[in-house]
Amino acid sequence: MKRDPIYGIMAEFDSAQALVDAARKTYQAGYKKIDAYSPFPVEGLAEEIGFTHDEVPLVVLIGGLIGGLSGYLMQWWISAVDYPLNIGGKPYHAWPAFIVITFEMTILFAGISAVFGMLALNGLPMPYHPVFNVPRFSSASKDRFFLIVFSSDKKYEPLATRQFLEGLSPRSVSEVPS
Amino acid sequence: MPEQYKSSTQIEKAPVMEPGYTFGTVTEKISAIVLTRPATNGWFVGFGVAFMVTMMMLYAIGYLFLRGIGIWGDTTPIGWGFEIVNFVWWIGIGHAGTLISAILLLLRQSWRNSINRFAEAMTLFAVACAGIFPAIHVGRPWLAYWLFPIPNTMRVWPQFRSPLMWDVFAVSTYATISALFWYTGLIPDMATLRDRTDNRALKIVYGMLCMGWRGSARHWHRYETMYLLLAGLATPLVLSVHTVVSFDFAIGIIPGWHTTIFPPYFVAGAIYSGFAMVLMLAIPIRKIYGLEDFITERHLQNSAKVMLATGLIVAYGYGIEAFMGWYSGDRYDAFTIWNRLHGPYAPAYWALLVCNIFVPQVLWIRQLRTSPVALFFISGVVLVGMWLERFVIVVMSLHRDFLTSSWGMYYPTRWDWATYIGTIGMFLAAMFLFLRVLPAISIFEMRTLLPEAEVKE
Repeated sequence: MKRDPIYGIMAEFDSAQALVDAARKTYQAGYKKIDAYSPFPVEGLAEEIGFTHDEVPLVVLIGGLIGGLSGYLMQWWISAVDYPLNIGGKPYHAWPAFIVITFEMTILFAGISAVFGMLALNGLPMPYHPVFNVPRFSSASKDRFFLIVFSSDKKYEPLATRQFLEGLSPRSVSEVPS
Repeated sequence: MPEQYKSSTQIEKAPVMEPGYTFGTVTEKISAIVLTRPATNGWFVGFGVAFMVTMMMLYAIGYLFLRGIGIWGDTTPIGWGFEIVNFVWWIGIGHAGTLISAILLLLRQSWRNSINRFAEAMTLFAVACAGIFPAIHVGRPWLAYWLFPIPNTMRVWPQFRSPLMWDVFAVSTYATISALFWYTGLIPDMATLRDRTDNRALKIVYGMLCMGWRGSARHWHRYETMYLLLAGLATPLVLSVHTVVSFDFAIGIIPGWHTTIFPPYFVAGAIYSGFAMVLMLAIPIRKIYGLEDFITERHLQNSAKVMLATGLIVAYGYGIEAFMGWYSGDRYDAFTIWNRLHGPYAPAYWALLVCNIFVPQVLWIRQLRTSPVALFFISGVVLVGMWLERFVIVVMSLHRDFLTSSWGMYYPTRWDWATYIGTIGMFLAAMFLFLRVLPAISIFEMRTLLPEAEVKE
């Protein structure tokens, strides 16, 4: 299949409110493969572009469970099975003494899973991305808000999509070369 | 509301950020410190001095590795001297950074947004300073890795029923999570720096460090979920760290250590000294870099109030220690209290009471809570006081315990002082570098404080 030379069409907005409204209208108009970019997290924006399934909590839960279980099992195996040491007659399997490290391992694994899970789910690190080809996009990390319709969207038509985005009263509309 | 109350609440609610800023001006103001502001002579002198003091620390540690622990003042029965005092002091200072970034986030305290970044950096550097001491005090530091459960040919393992092992896990988890929290907070801001700089090399460096962050709504959603969960994880973690540090003492049977008040009293003391350090850093930073609009009177006041509250908890801890010395009926506990008040180290205990209890009471006065100069000096007094507290706990309990035949005295040597002062130099040198290469205030979180960031459904 021939790769589309155009990655998508991008519209630029002045405010978070304008972006949320435009994102809602675009999604409701039937464009499903879209994305929105903002210089800070905008409340409810992800939901407007059809993002409903955030797997980060699940990743963190699994990471925390693995950390806690492995922390406890490690202490039990070392202290009671592989290397039992009699210290002042304390029991080898001294579960109350194992709580602290079990807790710390839970936090450690859950925290690492949270950060690396977020990065992996976001597909980062990704130093190059077609959206960076738009010169104005450098303001997306400062004070501008962007909406893109990907050319892979079923409803995408170079002319019609551009006209649709222009109808949302953006500051500018540009093609994103891939 | 009656008039006289109204005016006082208006002063109380000094803004978190002065009005009149936009997304663009907030971004420019903070990123300019890194990108366009030239390094002044003051910065070079400050960094240069801090760097030389760091070199002194490395020299002292090098000599320690050559000659052994004998160059320190530690002698039987005082096996724990400056190294543990300084370790507890530094790790306590770090706690305020996590409190600001995690606990205040969960409590939706929006004023945290302008101080969380450098407070987290402070945490990271303080934990690094703290981590030096346990690593170098083990006698044969090249074997310090024995503290970790690493499979080895000797087929031996660490002993997990000891609180010292708990401490290894608590502190290393704390260091890891603090670093992750700080770094992920920086990702969107490093993307901002990538887009703002004209320097090609810097663009590549920041572009790599921010991992190609582009601010997609899906990314932000997962990012915020991650950030909130990390805050939720860091909150019990930070409380656990100083609790576990206090277990190092409380699980032992030495009089003055074996008490149940230690965990809460240690955590409160940690936050107390940490906020003192936050103020000692924030006051010069806001002045020198002209950030009074972002780090306002509100931040100074709130930090002072946290200090006042945690200081009172600490004072309660001292009170309970003295009360239990009498109420327990244990002659060794009673003697420990007597020894603090009248023994050879009594000046340290009295100075601690003055620094930690009496002087900070002036924070009840609003004029002093909002005066940067006064707060700076009060914070310095609190930091000295909290250091003395750890000295009193570690050294004064060990030097006179059960048998008079095993009493002794501890005198720190010049190497103890060189290592301690050296870590302060290292901490400051790292802070100086941090201010020049990374945004000291979280830019994207400051944007969310602007009224334009609000979105109606």
